[in-house]
Amino acid sequence: MADRSGFAELAMPLAPQLYGAALRMTRNAADAEDLVQETYFKAYRSFGTFTEGTNLRAWLFRILTNTYINNYRAKQRRPAETELDDVEDFYLYRRLGAIEQAMAARSAEDELMDVFTDEEVKQALEALPEAFRLPVLLADVEGFSYREIAEMLDIPMGTVMSRLHRGRKAMQKSLYDFAAERGLLPPSEVDGTASDVGTETGAAQNDLDPPEPPEETEEAPATTSGPPGARR
Amino acid sequence: MADCDETLHDLETYLDHELTPDALRVIQAHIEGCLTCLHAYDFHAELRLIIADKCREEPLPPGLMARIEECFGPIGPEDPGTAEQPLR
Repeated sequence: MADRSGFAELAMPLAPQLYGAALRMTRNAADAEDLVQETYFKAYRSFGTFTEGTNLRAWLFRILTNTYINNYRAKQRRPAETELDDVEDFYLYRRLGAIEQAMAARSAEDELMDVFTDEEVKQALEALPEAFRLPVLLADVEGFSYREIAEMLDIPMGTVMSRLHRGRKAMQKSLYDFAAERGLLPPSEVDGTASDVGTETGAAQNDLDPPEPPEETEEAPATTSGPPGARR
Repeated sequence: MADCDETLHDLETYLDHELTPDALRVIQAHIEGCLTCLHAYDFHAELRLIIADKCREEPLPPGLMARIEECFGPIGPEDPGTAEQPLR
């Protein structure tokens, strides 16, 4: 049993990470502050159930995620919250891969990825419907494993994987649209790239045959089913 | 050794560090010898880094630290309902 007197010292350094995740989840500062405070409130009171020597960060994120799902999701849910257009595999790479390679060859400091502002990357993540946003946040930003995410969200691992796959593609499309809107892609290169890899031609598509999300056996295509709240 | 299709199929799982040891050896061997797949790997690895870097931490707004510390008071054994009360 963990000693509560040591809680603050162990847990407080993680506050900026928890607040960042809370902002991505709630998409507004007031709710994010409440969510983080509530997370610490619950964690402090149940610290006796935390097993010392195990992963405190994962434990806190689990409380954060549960609190968000139970207290905040309902009031934020929108009609289209589980809808997500299908996006081709390797969406960004098909369009930017060649340009990025050329730029990297010219100058190591001239990375194409630097064209994305902090705000654009945050917006691309926050624009994902929640069923996809939470897995992508927990995996790509926070670095949790499929198993940890499955436990936090109470969904099968196969569902975690398929939602990551679809959510990442949609996020890549948002990033590409941001770059295109701001005119960051030279028109000739955009046109050339688009015609090379356009989905209509099919030629380039076949080179990078879309992978099926692996281990999809745990349930029917989960990404098109209802929100996690509809389970059980 | 894996071919390019298999490598691209497993790329996402590879970047997630979730491949089995056998599959990991296969994809690593292929990527070492295939510039096309190495480039695809580099692109997506860099994209992951950028997303994590730009979304990860946020500076705490003024006052939040104090609000959190308010939670660390003594918990009386005679007060089991504390956790259900509103925070503010």
